[in-house]
Formats: sequence, C-alpha cells, structure tokens
Amino acid sequence: MPTEVPSGLPAAPEFTEPLAEWHRLHVRMLVVRPLNEGIAMLVPILVLLFTGNGEKWRLFASGVTVAVILAFSYFIWRTTKYRITDDQVELHTGLLTRKQLAVPRDRIRTVDLTSKPGHRVFGLSAVRIGTGQQDTPGTDGLTLDAVTQEEAERLRVLLLQKAVTHKAGAPGTASPGEPHAEVAVPESEVISQLDLKWLKFAPLSLSGLVAIGAVFGVLSNYADDLGLHPVQDLWEWLFEHPSFTLLGAFVIALVVLGLVLSVPLYILQFWNYRLTREPDGTLRVQRGLLTTRSVSVEEQRLRGVDIQEPLLVRAGRGAKAVAVTTGLGSKGESNLLLPPAPLSVAHQVSRDVLKVEDDPTTRKLRKHPFAALRRSLIRHVVPWVVITVGLAIWAPSWAWPIPVAIIPFAALVGWDNYRSLGHALDDRYLVTRNNSLVRSTVALQRTGIIGWRIRRSFFQRRSGLMTIGATTAAGAGVYHVTDVGESDGLALADAAVPDLLRPFLIDTSTVEGQAERNV
Amino acid sequence: MSPKSVLLWTMQAAVFWLVLFIPQLIVFLLVSSPPTWELALMVATLVVGLVHTAVEPSWRYRVHRWETTPDAVYTLSGWLNQEWRVAPVSRIQTIDTKRGPFQQLLGLATVTVTTASAAGPVEIEGLDHEVAQQLVVELTNTTQATPGDAT
Repeated sequence: MPTEVPSGLPAAPEFTEPLAEWHRLHVRMLVVRPLNEGIAMLVPILVLLFTGNGEKWRLFASGVTVAVILAFSYFIWRTTKYRITDDQVELHTGLLTRKQLAVPRDRIRTVDLTSKPGHRVFGLSAVRIGTGQQDTPGTDGLTLDAVTQEEAERLRVLLLQKAVTHKAGAPGTASPGEPHAEVAVPESEVISQLDLKWLKFAPLSLSGLVAIGAVFGVLSNYADDLGLHPVQDLWEWLFEHPSFTLLGAFVIALVVLGLVLSVPLYILQFWNYRLTREPDGTLRVQRGLLTTRSVSVEEQRLRGVDIQEPLLVRAGRGAKAVAVTTGLGSKGESNLLLPPAPLSVAHQVSRDVLKVEDDPTTRKLRKHPFAALRRSLIRHVVPWVVITVGLAIWAPSWAWPIPVAIIPFAALVGWDNYRSLGHALDDRYLVTRNNSLVRSTVALQRTGIIGWRIRRSFFQRRSGLMTIGATTAAGAGVYHVTDVGESDGLALADAAVPDLLRPFLIDTSTVEGQAERNV
Repeated sequence: MSPKSVLLWTMQAAVFWLVLFIPQLIVFLLVSSPPTWELALMVATLVVGLVHTAVEPSWRYRVHRWETTPDAVYTLSGWLNQEWRVAPVSRIQTIDTKRGPFQQLLGLATVTVTTASAAGPVEIEGLDHEVAQQLVVELTNTTQATPGDAT
C-alpha cells in the first residue's frame, strides 16, 4: 500500500488528470459513516442507557458499541483506496475480506452521486459507478463512499467524458499539466424541472402510505428488541373484540395520515428536480431536499423509456417516467427520469430524452384478443375466491365477507388490466403496455432486443394466446407483450427483429405434428 | 435431445415425490393414532406423484426441441406450460455446460447460453455429453467470429 498519500488531498486544485496514484476516501468519513449508519444504532444505545438505574455494565456496553462503530469506520477508511488510471477505475477495500474491484473506463455507463444528510453537512458525496452488467442483488457496483462534492462532480465529468473521447478516437489527450477546470463544461440543456403544480400528484402516488409502512416496520423491529409485540397483541385483541367501527376508523386515520405525509415526502425526494442533457452525451437527473442525488446516464446506452401510471395517478392524468438503460440498479429509484407529473409532461420528457419527433408511447396500440379479457378476469378474481373459501372454513365467521367485498374490485382491475394490454411497432421502437395498478407503457429500442422468450401456458394454448418477452440488457431484462394472439404475436416478434425468428417460424407452424428433432 | 432424457426426468420426478412422501410415511407409521387428513394427504401425494412421474417425462420429451443456426440458438421446453427461447449468436456472452449427478450417471449434459440480459439464458437440457461438447465448441467459434460487446 503506498502510504504516502499527499496531505490535504481533497482541497488540492492542482491535480492532474488522470489520477494515477492511489487515493483515500475523504477523512471526514470517519465522522460521517458513524453518523449515517450509527443512527440505526442510536435507539438501542439510548434504550440501553436509560432503561436501567445507571448500572455500570449499561454504560460499559454503550461505550463499547460506540467504540466498535468508530473503530469499524476507521478501518473501512484505512483499508479503502481508489485510483483512476487511463484505462480503469480501481477500488481496494475490506479489512478481513480484501476486495479489489476494477472497472474498465470504456464500460462505464452511469455515475450516481448520492449525498445523505450526514454527507451534506460535511460537504461529501458518494459516487457509484455503474457498468453494462446487470445488477445482481447484494452487489453494489463500484461505490466510492465518499469524496468531497467537488471531487465527485469532477469524477462524474471525467469518467463519463472519457467514454466519449474514447469513441471520438482521441484517448489520452490530457497532458500532465492541464488544469482540471477545463473538464467542467457548464452548459447543459434543461429537459424538465420541478413544477410545484406537480405536488397534487403526491397524495395520488400513495407514497405516504408506503412511508408509514416503512416507519412502522422499523418501529416494530425496535419493539421486538424490547420484548413488546404490539402487532400480535393488536391482532389477538381484534380477534376477541371484532369491531368494524374501530377497524374503519383505523383505516381512515391511516389514509388521512398517508395523504398528509405524501406532500412533504414528494418535496423531500424531488426538490430541485432537474433533468438535463449534458454536453458530454449524458442525461442527468438531480433531485432531493435532504439526501441529494445526481444520476448520470450515458445517452447511447439508453434503450427506451417506461411511462408508469399508478392507478390513482392515472386517474389524475399523471405519470412518471423511468429510463430503460443498462448500469442502473432499480434500488432507490435511480432510474427515475420524471417524478409523478402530468401525463403530457411525461410524454414530452420521453420525446426529448429519446430525441424523436413524437413520443413512441403515444402510438395507437393494437388491442389483444377477447380471450385475453377472460384470462385477465380469471387471474384477478380466482385468488380472492380461494381466499374466501379458505376463510369460510378456517376463520371466524366475520372474516369471509371481506374478500367477497373485494371481488368486484378485483374484477374491475382485471377488466382494466385487459384494457391496458396492447402493443405497437414503429421503425425504431417496440411499444408494449401492461398492468392496471401500475400501468406501464414501455418503448424499447428494437436494436436493444437481444432475444425472445415466448411463453404459452396450458390455458393460453387452449385460447390461442401467447406472452412474448423481449429480452434486453437494459432495465428489467425482459419486457412482455402479454396475452397476444398467436399469429399476431409471432408476426410482431418477427417484424421487430428481422431474420432472428424467421428460420424457426417454419418449424413452429409444423411443430405440433412433425417429429423432426435433433438427437 | 437424447432419448435418455426421459429417464433423467423420470428419476428427477421420482426423487422429488419421494422426498415429499417418505417423511409423511414415517410420521404416519410412528404416530400411534394418525388423523384421517394425514392419511388423505399421504394418499394424494402418492397418486399425484405416480401420475406426474409417469406422464410428465414423456410429455416433456415430446415437446422439447433445440436447434442452432449460424445466427441463433433456439429451444422449446416445458410440458403444460411451454416456452420458446431464442438468442442471436451475436448477443451471446457465455456458454456453460453443467452436469448434475443423474446426468453424469446417464452421460448427459446441459448447455446454458447466456446473453447480457438477466432474463434470457437459453438452456439446452438432456444432451448427450459428446453432442454437448461439440455444440459448445461450435458456438464458441461462431461467437468469437462475431464482433461487438453483445449488449
């Protein structure tokens, strides 16, 4: 390990590009990491300290906990170093398990800067570098947590610009003495930014309820630690004294609280939202009030746009837009292009992002056969019927009418789900629409399709339907055209990627009768 | 597809149902007065297991197909639910062979072709070991001849 790291490293403006020597993460992380991660430990420590009568072991245990957290963050800082060479970004980290990560710079597709409140107080920012590889759960790509905000900004420009200059065929043009100020080109074209009128979509997005759920989860965790089981107690109590007024009041209180909370949450997440096209060929989303995020996506790697309309937001003629791209995890909505906003804005964003005349997701979609409606209804209603029967047999007698009351709504959702289904094809995009509760209209670049998964379940075969999955390296990995008619679907797949399916289509028409097989 | 794959699937199905059935049998024999639902469950497991083991492998064998051309790899698999998978050779990332214990016993192998999509591996099950080897070499050669990073 080259221990001779220059002192005062983050402030040094005379740094040359590219950085070839090893760098530490910023020393302020010694404080910030305990702040960000220690908050989770704060409650147990306080409980430990103040529940007893000041016995010595309680003080001792709290002290040890704090010391362990501090030592842990020191060792992380001490053992983590990174450098950026001409070809790759390298990160060495880990105390017991040494990890050495290297990412070739021409494979960098996205750069994600995140500053949690703890980071922001100390002027730091975490840099996450994404490549074309699909995120597997548990791995986090290559993350530098954290460097100064100026350094992060510089890295963002440097890492993504390199990808462009490589393509232009001018690598390594940086001379050693070149000041890095030249790298930061400030001009960028604003595609969209936050309009306070969009706040009306906050209550519709149900984010408040989700937040209540999350807080509730955390709290009940602590309660469990303290040996309390409020949920269980509540359930048992409810079983003994079933009361619909109480239940109703509880639900109403929950909904009201969710509505009230959703507005500050929207502000918290999307304050200062700006979607820009940077001069280095990247799209950049900035947002956040306390935790700020800046996600940059290499434009060339954008494979399409997904317009998502959660049921209530759709009722208010709103939508949000999500990027279909490689190199972004879905974690923390890093692929978000537009928060819940009017539908027209979503289409405008989609149009500008894809650089097309009119948004492909506004194409007139071809409807799917009537048999798809039957399947959709069955799929949505049958589970509730099963639950009803199950409750009628095994639960107290007041329970089974609840799912019965839900069945009409389930049928409506099934019907709406069928109405959503549709697909279209133009000269560049495959457009497909799915689902009802979160209706999603995806425009996927036809050149981004890297294979097909065509599925026919037993019931689908009986009604002449199939579900066509277009696999892609970007986004969810596969996008479905659900319950399309067989000939229609195969024609679509054949037209979307010419010559891929054709050699096999002759087979498929005869496949039922002929025993032509490879042995 | 090797005809031996019928045997392979039969063995796999038999093992699956035995794993479900034997613990029930043990409980049934050890408990002094077993309730009737336990007997019913055991009989149901036995009947469904026997039918499934008898029917599924040959049905599956009738459905399964695979084919490679210089441009693409293609499979059809399943029995009740059937699925076609197509991956263009130009988008192939890795080609693996895999042999489970039963497959080794029968001299079979599975070739898995992955693309850059997390959702799109194409698995060719139940190939004769030599055919699998040959296929891997063939695919590797055509893949190497294709330029680009296959995303």
